[in-house]
Amino acid sequence: MQGRLPDIARLIVRSAFHAVPTILVILVANFFLLRLAPGDAADVIAAESGFATDEMMEGLRSRFGLDLPILEQLQNYLGHILRFDLGYSARFNTPVIDLILQRVPGTLILMLSAMAISLMIGIAVGTFQATFAGRWPDRVIAVVTQLFYSLPGFWIGLMLIVFFAVRLRWLPTGGSGPIGVELSGLSGLLIRLKYMVLPATSLALFYVAVYARLTRASVIEAKAQDYVRTARAKGLSQFKVMTGHVLRNALLPVTTLAGIHLGGLLGGAVVIETVYAWPGLGRLAYEAVMARDFSVLLGVLLLSSIVVIAVNLLVDVIQAFIDPRIELK
Amino acid sequence: MIDEARPDASPAIAPTPPAGAQAADPAADPRSGRQSAWRIFLRNPAGVAGLLILLIMAGLALAAPYVYAEGPLAMGAMPFIWPGEGLAYPLGTDALGRDVAAGVAWGARVTMLVGLSATFFGVSAGVIIGAVAGYFGGRADMMLSKLIEFFQTPPSFVLLMVVVAIAQPSVSSIILAIALVTWPTVARLVRAEFRSLREKDFVLAARSLGFGHARIIFGEILPNALPAIIVTASLLVAQSILMESALSFMSLGDPNLVTWGSMIGSGREHLFTAWFLSAVPGVAIVLTVLSLNLIGDGLNDALNPRSE
Repeated sequence: MQGRLPDIARLIVRSAFHAVPTILVILVANFFLLRLAPGDAADVIAAESGFATDEMMEGLRSRFGLDLPILEQLQNYLGHILRFDLGYSARFNTPVIDLILQRVPGTLILMLSAMAISLMIGIAVGTFQATFAGRWPDRVIAVVTQLFYSLPGFWIGLMLIVFFAVRLRWLPTGGSGPIGVELSGLSGLLIRLKYMVLPATSLALFYVAVYARLTRASVIEAKAQDYVRTARAKGLSQFKVMTGHVLRNALLPVTTLAGIHLGGLLGGAVVIETVYAWPGLGRLAYEAVMARDFSVLLGVLLLSSIVVIAVNLLVDVIQAFIDPRIELK
Repeated sequence: MIDEARPDASPAIAPTPPAGAQAADPAADPRSGRQSAWRIFLRNPAGVAGLLILLIMAGLALAAPYVYAEGPLAMGAMPFIWPGEGLAYPLGTDALGRDVAAGVAWGARVTMLVGLSATFFGVSAGVIIGAVAGYFGGRADMMLSKLIEFFQTPPSFVLLMVVVAIAQPSVSSIILAIALVTWPTVARLVRAEFRSLREKDFVLAARSLGFGHARIIFGEILPNALPAIIVTASLLVAQSILMESALSFMSLGDPNLVTWGSMIGSGREHLFTAWFLSAVPGVAIVLTVLSLNLIGDGLNDALNPRSE
């Protein structure tokens, strides 16, 4: 393990370099999408103030550099990005980067808890199915996971609200905490958790199905391997064979897939956040669409892409730690 | 993934698409050929159930203009009739007295249209790009793989929202936007298929007979990659329907049309008092998506017997 640390450092540097062209392409695409959007910053400000003469519009355009040749504008845009300046949102009256950074933690918490829930339940269910492969418990669960796989997240979110918040009154209908109450200590944490249960569950259901199916297939394959037969032959208990020999190897493809799904989870979080009024990037994207504020919308696209790249890198590193066979060239 | 028995079983000198030739001789390999694949599919109860549900939904979509001739926006009943309360409105009425059943039937048309056309465009683009990358390899492959990677980096739903919001929501912009975010999945799959198939003997035979690249790609390799593409396409229709409904739920759908997603969105305002308004169109989405996923699994078992 000690000897691997420099290798892992090299892996991080190499992956970061690998990500640079992707980010650059995304930035340029972002710039042109912004140009395609109906109305520029001058239009937005004019609309906010209620009236504008042609001279005022010209003045605004030259102040924002919107009258420059397009390549020069692109250059300015990239220069601003390097200084973490994503522009100013006239609608929200805040710099775009501040708006977005305020919302990143909310989305990350939601995503990561949904991923943790779906991995834990999915792996447990998939392992259970593999133990009963082909028999009725496996078949019944297969139908249930197939159903989970087909549920629109926003719809099951609404239905969970109807059942748990409106009917049973066990959980709040939305938001991330009670309004106007200072939360602290253990009880504060518990209250926060209560607000997270429904959004995280709605987001997780689809991925529970994905991981259950994958784990099932992967465990069935691992069980047929020679080293499992050896482990059984030397008299290890069923449980020890499963945890120590089968699952250790079967779970690698699952963790790889978990990394790939992060982008999807982030996209799913967008919809779930609007259902539960959860203060994250998704809800911000929705508010930006409703306000036709494209600089904020594209900022969300840019930042969520960067989050995906960063988390994928993290998954690579974790895998390199877990599995010594992964080559670090 | 692919049924490798087919190209190997036919003599390497005759590079005709083996699918049809093999069907004439089912005794040689009972699992090859289109006919027996269909028979395997029909033996799968889940797949058949999916097909039945899908046929009912398609029938609903086709029947909508005849059964509900006044369209989904016709008002004329009492508002908030619950499902089952009156025989005239089996699925109830909404806040404006519109028939929920009419909305579901008309919404099925939009859903089917968007799901099928978006998949058609996404699969077409993915097949062409994936085929070129996988078949030619080298620099073309490098550049196209970068393009695929670039499109797969941003969360697809965020990209979808951005494109639809900028292009202004309409059925055609939604179809194209969904195709734009789904083609990379197909392209990756097709690229991998082509990379392994281009080394096979029947491709070598076709090349030695002097076939052009286009003929080898579309006439020789593509038919052999088709089973995997068909399975992916059926799952993509389901994904496209989910994306469309989420978009219209978030008021990014075509403003002139009633869709299942928009019905759930407007029903949301009455969630506390009349939750069936959101529940009913959601059940329609779940049934349609479930049927497509069941069909996809059934097709996978029938067309790729070795995948399990």
